[in-house]
Amino acid sequence: MTDDEFTPGRTAGGGGAAALRATDYGNPVAGVFDEIEPVPGVSKPDPILVADGVVKTFGGLTAVDVDHLEIQRGAITALIGPNGAGKTTFFNLLTGFDRPDRGSVSLEGEDISRVPPHKLARRGMVRTFQLTKALSRMTVLDNMKLGATGQRGESIWRSLVGPLWASQEVEVQGRAEELLDRFNMTHMAGEFAGTLSGGQRKLIEMARALMTDPKLVMLDEPMAGVNPALTQSLLGHVKGLRSEGRSVIFVEHDMDVVRDISDWVVVMAEGQIIAEGTPDAIGKNQAVVDAYLGQHHDQDLSADDGISERSPGRGPDSGGGDE
Amino acid sequence: MDWGFIFERVMTAAIGPEVIVFALAAIGLNVQFGYAGLLNFGQVGFMAAGAYGVGMAVYWLNISFWLGIGLGLVYALILAMLLGLPTLRLRADYLAIVTIASSETIRLFVRWRGNSGRTGASEGIGEFARPFYDLNPLDNAARYQFGPFNFLGRDLWVVIIGWILVGIALLLVWQWMRSPWGRALKAIREDEDAARALGKNSYVYKLQALLIGGLIASVAGMLQVIQKAAVQPDTFNPVITFMIWTILILGGPGRVWSPVIGSMIYWSLIVFLENFLRQLPPGSRSTLESTIKLSDFNISQFRFILVGLGLILLARYRPQGIFGSREEMALDDR
Repeated sequence: MTDDEFTPGRTAGGGGAAALRATDYGNPVAGVFDEIEPVPGVSKPDPILVADGVVKTFGGLTAVDVDHLEIQRGAITALIGPNGAGKTTFFNLLTGFDRPDRGSVSLEGEDISRVPPHKLARRGMVRTFQLTKALSRMTVLDNMKLGATGQRGESIWRSLVGPLWASQEVEVQGRAEELLDRFNMTHMAGEFAGTLSGGQRKLIEMARALMTDPKLVMLDEPMAGVNPALTQSLLGHVKGLRSEGRSVIFVEHDMDVVRDISDWVVVMAEGQIIAEGTPDAIGKNQAVVDAYLGQHHDQDLSADDGISERSPGRGPDSGGGDE
Repeated sequence: MDWGFIFERVMTAAIGPEVIVFALAAIGLNVQFGYAGLLNFGQVGFMAAGAYGVGMAVYWLNISFWLGIGLGLVYALILAMLLGLPTLRLRADYLAIVTIASSETIRLFVRWRGNSGRTGASEGIGEFARPFYDLNPLDNAARYQFGPFNFLGRDLWVVIIGWILVGIALLLVWQWMRSPWGRALKAIREDEDAARALGKNSYVYKLQALLIGGLIASVAGMLQVIQKAAVQPDTFNPVITFMIWTILILGGPGRVWSPVIGSMIYWSLIVFLENFLRQLPPGSRSTLESTIKLSDFNISQFRFILVGLGLILLARYRPQGIFGSREEMALDDR
């Protein structure tokens, strides 16, 4: 994380950064986090997603070992951490793409740790991918229409009888066009998604996810490989999700982006959550600084007392106890 | 050289039973590979399932030929489940491995001597298709000529029913692929995880596609053995699968019409080469005989060599097939 990579104010010109402060988009959860103590595993007033004792090992490597995490409803929560911290694995566990060895994940109080991904999407939880998955040989519009859930014409028998789904198809198309318009992609509607640029693919993936009308949007590195101007636009869209009352979790590397839009930051290192807090508090957190700088000094990191004290225990009795 | 005769032969072949059988099998493969991205290298196994359903119903179970058609479809359904249920949750290559093995397993199993009471073993089954030809309004033994087409009455009956079946299959595929079901299927072909993240149960879709493609291929198998009036285990060898693939690639996968056009071109070419080589003037024939040992006995092998050469050129200059779009194909690489 180098500071000279990108700062919002620099490219957006003069007041650009200020114009995109979270408050300007109307932040429904402004102030909620002021009273929450910035420690790992702290409970939130109204959590939409709760992970409890989630452990995932690959052979001898413990990729994820999260003792307890609550994600506040209606807020933008950033998940950060150095490379190899287990962010994406944790993401996969939360979204059903991978199953935890132990522990549970619950969405609005219901256990979802054994629910397959396609059912989670229908329950209002949608994700995007670190390596963008534009459906290349389908048009942008078809990419969008695919996202709608509960389509009658997606059944193999009903699909054969056009009138059963034609009216819904019109409604889905209307919604798709609306979203394309909001993401300034209308002019691309008829193009194959494979012809889009990297940044446009990020946009279409986010727009497509919104077609499911999700309560919780999980974005895996939404700004990766995107030019600074488009980053601003993407940030705007993420804040837009919050003002619509949706909850957002996103994985990000760029601290400027994190500081700009997130209400709450969760920091992972070596599979564990080492810190939680508001963006300002996280910037000052010694464990976080060590985790990032320690990337190139492994001995320093493992010898750091601050981390081992803060991090949730790694002993066999820390995995939630419901094995 | 009798060009009129060659023309008549080629035209007759272009709408003949072989084209229909392979078009149907390729339509099935098109649903599986062209739209769902499934690598099925055992399509001939589904054809055998249909063929033996009909044959065994009459020969072994002593039930009616028409019930045998139902039995053939049931065989294909069971085969699709056996192949798909364990493999479709895994990566795409697993289905490919299992299918290629299964079609050979089926062939070896039905020609096993212990099965002679059920499948007729290596001799196969004859005398089962009578009810089909009894319905023929034409004279089974007469020759019918219209334009350049020349068919025996019984073959013409197969051709008529065959094209009706091809029409139905094309109509079904067309309607499916323009519906949201087809859209989800194409999305799974493009990226399974993206489809799952958007609420599509990719496992079920892939199973459905494998099943539909298998059922269509089993109908192709039935039609083939009805036309030949014999079920022979060795007609269902893996080469058939690769001919079906060739036809699909020739037409361009993922397009409704491509299997039919691919099949027509493929068989027209084969029949043209055969007749052309046979009718070469004696001078050229003896030159070919002395240089590349071409004789009456290996002309049928030689035409496949030429077709193979044509395919290499196709792969080089038009990899997307007749109907495919080059731009669309190039998107794959990104």
